[in-house]
Amino acid sequence: MAGRAAGDVILDVRNISLRFGGVKALTDITFDVREHEIRAIIGPNGAGKSSMLNCINGVYQPQEGSIHLRGRAFRHMNPRQVAEMGVARTFQNLALFKGMSVLDNIMTGRNLKMRTNILQQALRWGAAEREETAHRKVVEGIIDFLEIQAYRKTPVGKMPYGLQKRVDLGRALAMEPQVLLLDEPMAGMNVEEKQDMSRFILDVNDEFGTTIVLIEHDMGVVMDLSDRVVVLDYGRKIGDGSPEEVRANPDVISAYLGTVH
Amino acid sequence: MQTTFPRLLLAHAAARPGAPALREKEFGIWQTLSWRALADLVEAIAGGLAGAGLRRGQHLVVIGENRPRLYASMLAAQALGAIPVPLYQDAVAAEFVLPIANAEVSFAVVEDQEQVDKLLEVRGQCPALTRIWFDDARGLRHYDEPGLAPLDALVEAGRAYAASHPGFFAAEIEIGQPDDVAAMFYTSGTTGKAKGVVHSHDTLIDRAHAGARFDKLTSEDEVLAYLPPAWIGQNIFSYAQWLVCGYVVNCPESADTVMLDLREIGPTYYFAPPRVFESLLTSVMIRMEDAARPKRWLFERCMALARRVGPARMDGRALGLLDRLAWAIGNLLVYAPLRNTLGFSRVRVAYTAGEAIGPDLFIFYRSIGINLKQLYGSTETAVFVCLQPDHEVKNDTVGVPIEGVEIKVTEAGEVLVRSPGLLKEYYKDPAATAEVLGADGWYRTGDAGFLDASGHLKIIDRAKDVGRIVGGANDGALFAPKYVENKLKFFPYIKEAVAFGDQREKVCAFVNIDIEAVGNWAEKRALPYGSYADLAQKPQVLELVRECVEKVNADLAADEKLAGSQISRFLVLHKELDADDGELTRTRKVRRGFIAERYRLLVDALYAGKTEQHVETEVRFEDGRTGKIAATLKIVDVRTFPAVGRAA
Repeated sequence: MAGRAAGDVILDVRNISLRFGGVKALTDITFDVREHEIRAIIGPNGAGKSSMLNCINGVYQPQEGSIHLRGRAFRHMNPRQVAEMGVARTFQNLALFKGMSVLDNIMTGRNLKMRTNILQQALRWGAAEREETAHRKVVEGIIDFLEIQAYRKTPVGKMPYGLQKRVDLGRALAMEPQVLLLDEPMAGMNVEEKQDMSRFILDVNDEFGTTIVLIEHDMGVVMDLSDRVVVLDYGRKIGDGSPEEVRANPDVISAYLGTVH
Repeated sequence: MQTTFPRLLLAHAAARPGAPALREKEFGIWQTLSWRALADLVEAIAGGLAGAGLRRGQHLVVIGENRPRLYASMLAAQALGAIPVPLYQDAVAAEFVLPIANAEVSFAVVEDQEQVDKLLEVRGQCPALTRIWFDDARGLRHYDEPGLAPLDALVEAGRAYAASHPGFFAAEIEIGQPDDVAAMFYTSGTTGKAKGVVHSHDTLIDRAHAGARFDKLTSEDEVLAYLPPAWIGQNIFSYAQWLVCGYVVNCPESADTVMLDLREIGPTYYFAPPRVFESLLTSVMIRMEDAARPKRWLFERCMALARRVGPARMDGRALGLLDRLAWAIGNLLVYAPLRNTLGFSRVRVAYTAGEAIGPDLFIFYRSIGINLKQLYGSTETAVFVCLQPDHEVKNDTVGVPIEGVEIKVTEAGEVLVRSPGLLKEYYKDPAATAEVLGADGWYRTGDAGFLDASGHLKIIDRAKDVGRIVGGANDGALFAPKYVENKLKFFPYIKEAVAFGDQREKVCAFVNIDIEAVGNWAEKRALPYGSYADLAQKPQVLELVRECVEKVNADLAADEKLAGSQISRFLVLHKELDADDGELTRTRKVRRGFIAERYRLLVDALYAGKTEQHVETEVRFEDGRTGKIAATLKIVDVRTFPAVGRAA
């Protein structure tokens, strides 16, 4: 981790509470994410990890609290607006276009950066052509980075699961995000695929300086990858700190091992 | 014709500066490097290396896939009179120690982080290795090892060096002489440790020329560079002949994309070991099985025609009008699209070598109109010794000696070669050099073989494995176990075979059935079976294998030298030969001596004329536990045929 120096707070989550009717999904959650760090959110099933990510992402609107990106508060923003502010994400159960090629799937990640209109693009003329070339160049760089050149033209649905996860990551990277939210990037992978994905996450963080917030079940992966860890249980924050601190936290141990409270 | 590689480079750059020399697929596009641009790059790298202290006669290690800048680094080293030593990029770190220490290497140019990591790992054992440059900086940003730097930095330093030393590049190249050492190749060394094979510009360029003239290669040809650069064949096809002919070498995007890149480039000159052709054919067959019925029907009809007409067509024999018409239709519907799918649309000359190629496999490619041929050579002979001329291709020979080559077969059957392409020496190993290279200029290949009636060389086995039949009807006949075993293994039903016969009066064999092929065969005939051992002893299966062995015998009978190697008796083993049990090497070669010892009971039964033998064998499972398999094996007699060749 020599190259990474965590900087100022880039994402600040303050006193977030989220309710669905009478169900409290999140209660008074506060934590921050520093620039260039890898921040993990862990917790048992139903702890509220994905809800937390959905709040940051703009999918859910928390009833209380606020989220600040580079000091700028955003309440009542939809996912598109959040994305335009430089927050990209991947999905726990892959939301790729199965019938489209790897190239096209990653190209969709450039959507927000396209300036020409649909008519120009349909004719692929003038500015539209120049723009596509420029975007294609970025996408090819990502394909090279993720080492999926052999699958460029392959429909995503035909690829093994581990590689689909990589394409999902590629699409998020195509947005050139400042903050990257990864929802269980290793779920359902075998050991080798997990190692590959871990390497790519570290490389993204290292080469592009992208700040990463990740949810993960595999404790080994979390402890190896992250700089700091937030632990949620039943919608509450029960721990926050370096992997070593979290590992030693008795609340965390009991939440995971189920000791009598 | 006396020249060196850097001089050839300068000649191309002067004569055809804008013509493409190298292409590399990067970011989804084929990026072209012209001869002029290449010469500039080589000059820059040479400047950098000279500035870093690389001197005439020193070695430069190059490790990586086929990458334009690694090729340029080899040329740069040669321009300075230094000697590039390409090493296998997939070798483990420990295997680098011997060559690097042996050649006292101080400088290395490598492809990426993987290779850098390996070199750093062995740095302690190679104290002389002071400078390492890498082509691809990915993942290497935080390495601060002394002497480690990106190739970009070397190029930049080189441009500055060239600016302050005008004319140094041309002057250095002028000093280099054709009989200077050009490159060193470490042979994998199946026996003993790796040896550095030293070649001069002369030997490599002479052979490259001879091969190019033989197949009329021109600057219009295209090749795809996808085999390891440390292998001399790759060096000849994509480096020596590239500089001699001035054609275009294309570097694939990555190891995974080779098949896609092959289709995009459509090379005209192509080399692949038999296993590559085999896996290509398998992929075609699997896709055909999944195709719709009318397509399958069309494919089968056309392939039947191709098998009948194709080989004759490739041999240049006259065909009837009807056959020509039928082939043209087949070509339109099946052969041409198939060649296109395989990436062989433009192939004019394709070679295979390295191991025996099955007749079915060989004929398949030739019958769809691909000019696939075989060649014979080794690292020590700069590859080209024998080549098959167009229209004179046989499955079991390796062609005729090409210009400059003389061939002699010793009393013991070993093939000797005299050629302008022979190695200069094994690096720092005069004893090993003397062992293979006589004062009279003959090189001992270690292969047993002979020239057949039409002057084609036929290789039958390693010389040390060839034996003699003693006593019986074929007293004194040559016995080549691997030749016989290979013939058996070409049948899909036979997975492995072990032939015995040296110092005995007849040849007997163990056979391993291929469980998938024979299992399938049994399924189609509604033949129930319980286990491998059970299937192996079914009378129908023994009959199936007997037919295969008999075909091999008929084939051998037609052979002038090997008619005495016909198989008299065989048995089908109750278990698969396995590397875990020490019966095969890790590269799946049978360990004949070990097997003869382990199954002495069975060998004795074969020769004692018994009809069956009970045997118990200990086996080692993958988890390390051991168990016992017991079975009673039937022994089958096979018809042998009178020698056709000898009577004639």
